[in-house]
Amino acid sequence: MTDDDAVVDVREVHYAIGGHAVFTGLNVRMRRGAITAVMGPSGTGKTTLLRLIMGQSVAQSGQVSVFGQDVVHLKRRDLYRLRQRVGLLFQNGALLTDLSVFENVAFPVREHADLPEPVLRALVLMKLQAVGLRGAADLMPAELSGGMARRVALARAIVMDPEVLIYDEPFVGLDPISMGVIVRLIQSLNRLLGITSIVVSHDVREIGAIANYSYLLSEGKVVAEGSPAELNREQKDVVRQFMSGSPDGPVPFHYPAPDYFEQLLEHPRA
Amino acid sequence: MAQTNRSMDIGTGLFVLLGFAALGFLTTQLPGSGLQLSRSSQSYAVIAKFDDIGGLKVGAPVTMAGVRVGQVGAISYDISVYKAAVKLTIDRRYDHIPDDSDAAIQTSGLLGANYIALSPGGSDTFLHAGSELQFTQSAIVLESLINKLFASFAGNKDSSASKDSSANKEPGDDKKGSGKTSK
Amino acid sequence: MISLSHRRSLALNAIAKIGGVSLFLLRLLGQCVPALARPQLVIRQIYNAGARSLVIIMLCGLFVGMVLGLQGYQLLQRFGSESALGVAAALGLIKELGPVLTALLFAGRAGTSLCSEIGLMGATDQLAAMEMMAVDPVRHVVAPRFLGGFIAVPLLTAIFNCVGIYGAQLIGVTMMGIQPGTFWSQMQSAVGLSDVNEGIIKSVVFGATCSLLAVYEGYHAEPTAEGVGLATTRTVVTSAVLVLLFDYILTAAFL
Repeated sequence: MTDDDAVVDVREVHYAIGGHAVFTGLNVRMRRGAITAVMGPSGTGKTTLLRLIMGQSVAQSGQVSVFGQDVVHLKRRDLYRLRQRVGLLFQNGALLTDLSVFENVAFPVREHADLPEPVLRALVLMKLQAVGLRGAADLMPAELSGGMARRVALARAIVMDPEVLIYDEPFVGLDPISMGVIVRLIQSLNRLLGITSIVVSHDVREIGAIANYSYLLSEGKVVAEGSPAELNREQKDVVRQFMSGSPDGPVPFHYPAPDYFEQLLEHPRA
Repeated sequence: MAQTNRSMDIGTGLFVLLGFAALGFLTTQLPGSGLQLSRSSQSYAVIAKFDDIGGLKVGAPVTMAGVRVGQVGAISYDISVYKAAVKLTIDRRYDHIPDDSDAAIQTSGLLGANYIALSPGGSDTFLHAGSELQFTQSAIVLESLINKLFASFAGNKDSSASKDSSANKEPGDDKKGSGKTSK
Repeated sequence: MISLSHRRSLALNAIAKIGGVSLFLLRLLGQCVPALARPQLVIRQIYNAGARSLVIIMLCGLFVGMVLGLQGYQLLQRFGSESALGVAAALGLIKELGPVLTALLFAGRAGTSLCSEIGLMGATDQLAAMEMMAVDPVRHVVAPRFLGGFIAVPLLTAIFNCVGIYGAQLIGVTMMGIQPGTFWSQMQSAVGLSDVNEGIIKSVVFGATCSLLAVYEGYHAEPTAEGVGLATTRTVVTSAVLVLLFDYILTAAFL
């Protein structure tokens, strides 16, 4: 893939929080119009990567470019302009609790565009229709189930017609039906609207069905990348353990602890 | 949702109105007549010079026969005559004050605040803006009054004591004299 | 015993906190004018901070005024100056009790609610979501709440004072038998505009302080249930201490 194709380009990024290193030389590239998956065991910093891409966190070294612009050195106003071209779906939806479903979806439009009310109304209803929740427009977020809230958040994320959509763990905690709905939505948004999609998830099976290219992160680096088929053929232990879901392997089952026998026999702590 | 917005607007409006009404009451009703006299178009200023103004402050009332006719506008020191110069702001309604009136600094109650009491004179010409009151009485400072009282007590004691000692001296002197000659 | 190094870090923490709050205030002030472009948001916050605090303010104002009436009458009776009850109650309320008590009540009722609201929005990623949608959460969430408190407190103080004076009059005239004419005329001749101004300036300063602390603690709270709870407690405690400190400073400045 040429550099022109890369909508998001992360090069040699080192990032540490409070002395603890999260990324040690991360290289990730997201191609325009593709669905790119970011996978990895819990705690490898997948959400941190999203924060780096969106400019919420700043890397200590390395380069993060989005649409060819260096995110690290952008001023607040330019950063805001950049963020208007990217939609972000939070893990728990993050709907504004004091606004109705309709008002939540309308929120970005009211803030950034000056549309007449009838046009705004039509736009919001169309987006709600796309996620199948046009009938729920007058409900409050507290009245929605987890899956419905996430769909409303998706409608809100696409209301400004972004070029890129980022999904942070979209499948977590959903029943099979809702999961199927989300998968279908991610696919159609990508195919029909050509939106570049970045999906952070550890649901190997669901992701495998839709991703064009996947990255597997572990210990702050990329340990494997490629199409889902290529990853399945990968022989590295780390990759095998993750893809097959074995409880023990390079990522150990036991958290580091002193010798079992010794600890059982020693005196109880004071 | 529109319904709740409307009742919220009304509630807020009522609250703000109530608050401003309370503020208005506090600022206009409470300070009494002090608010009206501060406008210069309704008053004129005259000067009075005192040896001692005591505890007189700016804003203290100026009265005639006990009725408030104005207030103290400014207090300064006139170095040429070594006296305090007090500017009295008098309400324009009272424009027939004789220019030989007397201005005295008095105390309201025993330990109260100082104010200026004007006693009318008999002149046919009246005070106007810029006039100076010729006859003034300074404030009575309580401490100097007490000092004078003690001083007068001590004075009485001294004079009676010296009378007694001169009476005692003569017999003693005689004794001494006779003591000497007998030897 | 607090060790020297512990004391030093405590002092540094306090200084850092003061710096943080001041910088946040600057950022907040910069967003206040844009926030006024959405009057609906500000009106809603004035309602939350002010109109919903009316009942507690009026009740407490009435009780404080009545206590002033009782205590003042008892005290003044010893000097034979019962007729000065109106003066004592009015000056006590306008200059001190009104601004201070209203601010403390506000910090307890509205300050905690502001703080926990913002803290909870942070904990549920709503503030982060706004940031990602390129909406400054300070402009949309924090500034209207600050303005709401800032506008509401002086108004609440004025209402507190009026109700308090009424309460004092209730006790003095109805219960203790002071002539109403004496009560009011003495009050009017003794209370000056500078006293009222002093009270107003105090209420404005206290309102700004309590609102600022509430929104600051809420915005910077740890995004957990425990963190929001701690932030709420800190709001009330810090508000109380600062209000009383500023009360001393302003009283001294006005002498």
